[in-house]
Amino acid sequence: MDKTISTVAEAIAEIPDGAQVMIGGFGGSGAPIELIHALIDRFRETGSPKNLTVINNNAGNGGIGIAAMIKAGMVAKMICSFPRSSNAEAFNEKYLAGEIELELVPQGTLAERIRAAGAGIPAFYTPSSFGTELAIGKPTEEFDGKMYVRERCLKADFALIKGQMGDTVGNLTYRLAGRNFNPLMAMAATKTIAQVSELVAPGGINPEQVITPGLFVDVVVEVAHPQQEEVLVRTGVVH
Amino acid sequence: MSDFNISDVALSNAQIAWRAAQDIEDGSYVNLGIGFPEMIAKFQPEGRDVTYHTENGVLGFGKAPLEGEEDWDLINAGKKAITLNPGASFFHHADSFAMVRGGHLDLAVLGAYQIAQNGDLANWRVGSKGVPAVGGAMDLVHGAKRVAVVTDHVTKDGKPKLVEACTFPLTGVACVTRVYTSLAVVDIEDGKFILREKVPGMTLAQLQAVTGATLHVDGDVADLNVPEDL
Repeated sequence: MDKTISTVAEAIAEIPDGAQVMIGGFGGSGAPIELIHALIDRFRETGSPKNLTVINNNAGNGGIGIAAMIKAGMVAKMICSFPRSSNAEAFNEKYLAGEIELELVPQGTLAERIRAAGAGIPAFYTPSSFGTELAIGKPTEEFDGKMYVRERCLKADFALIKGQMGDTVGNLTYRLAGRNFNPLMAMAATKTIAQVSELVAPGGINPEQVITPGLFVDVVVEVAHPQQEEVLVRTGVVH
Repeated sequence: MSDFNISDVALSNAQIAWRAAQDIEDGSYVNLGIGFPEMIAKFQPEGRDVTYHTENGVLGFGKAPLEGEEDWDLINAGKKAITLNPGASFFHHADSFAMVRGGHLDLAVLGAYQIAQNGDLANWRVGSKGVPAVGGAMDLVHGAKRVAVVTDHVTKDGKPKLVEACTFPLTGVACVTRVYTSLAVVDIEDGKFILREKVPGMTLAQLQAVTGATLHVDGDVADLNVPEDL
């Protein structure tokens, strides 16, 4: 069951207009920059995909990655916890102009909604956001004397994630704190596309070290020596 | 009292952080919020073994790396580069927030715009303008055994930050257990502010005058003494 594809352009070729797309990473850590840039390149050549809903903790930084997607006009809606950051002009301008929709979700709730989708749990209760404006319109219930908010799971059509090692059947490891949302998103999308820094044959990853089992991954593409978002932002690179 | 000036007696942020650090217990697991609360780690008393948690999936991180030695896959929730202490671990975001909501952290320390006497906290946005961003604040106020706040006692234009009821959008309801301010240490118990310590050189009446809700006294009020040179 070889899940590898040889180029990032082929890996993202099927993502249609209007798709809901999860993108792994927290800031620049674990962000699949090459997959994102391949998607932007395709949009610039063909006008598609557009009207995307993007799910990420943030809303892009500088002139690369998700910020470049937003600036290019591919994104209709962001679902995230922290769109405000030091270099988030791309999102800020569109948001303040009313040109992009925002669903703001507390970070732990965002993670759990994604995990729940991957685990077949349609809704759950959390104490987070109870009594705040982010809970308006959501059902609440008391358990053991404490109030909780009901949250729905969050699925996606596609997940773009970044692993460190990957084998041809989709088993993944992650580098340092680059794990973050990546293993959760791998579980929650209909089709999960992973870029990996080092592609190996089955058996090349010790089964004890596998973080995301290959069952959750549909496509693996090797990007050796991937770019790091934070380094690109700090050096002023624009895609 | 009319010529009394808060700035003559108020603690610096470093002094507030130092005071908060004295209460971090040996062997505890602690999350320090982005910004001001992060400073507390610098003043961790010697001999105490503390493990720091950050929302993006790291336990046991240490000091910032030297400039030029950053690895940007190794960051904290404030997107600052970090290093690892021996015994550190990585985990995904759902496990990270299970640690938070599941009651596995001993202490979370956050910043604040306002704290109400029942423990309500407002710390994520001031009004309805601009781009809203909540991050992990609404999760961090739930689950840690103690939820503390570090803050100036009043706003830049002199308004109380300790109030009867928050007017800014809430982060969480009845969640804060202790407040370290530039003038006092205040516990929140049974819907009331209980004054534990106040800076010397200020009377209770003077402190009450810059506090937006009644400060209750339950036993001794100690002097809030901190190192002068911070």
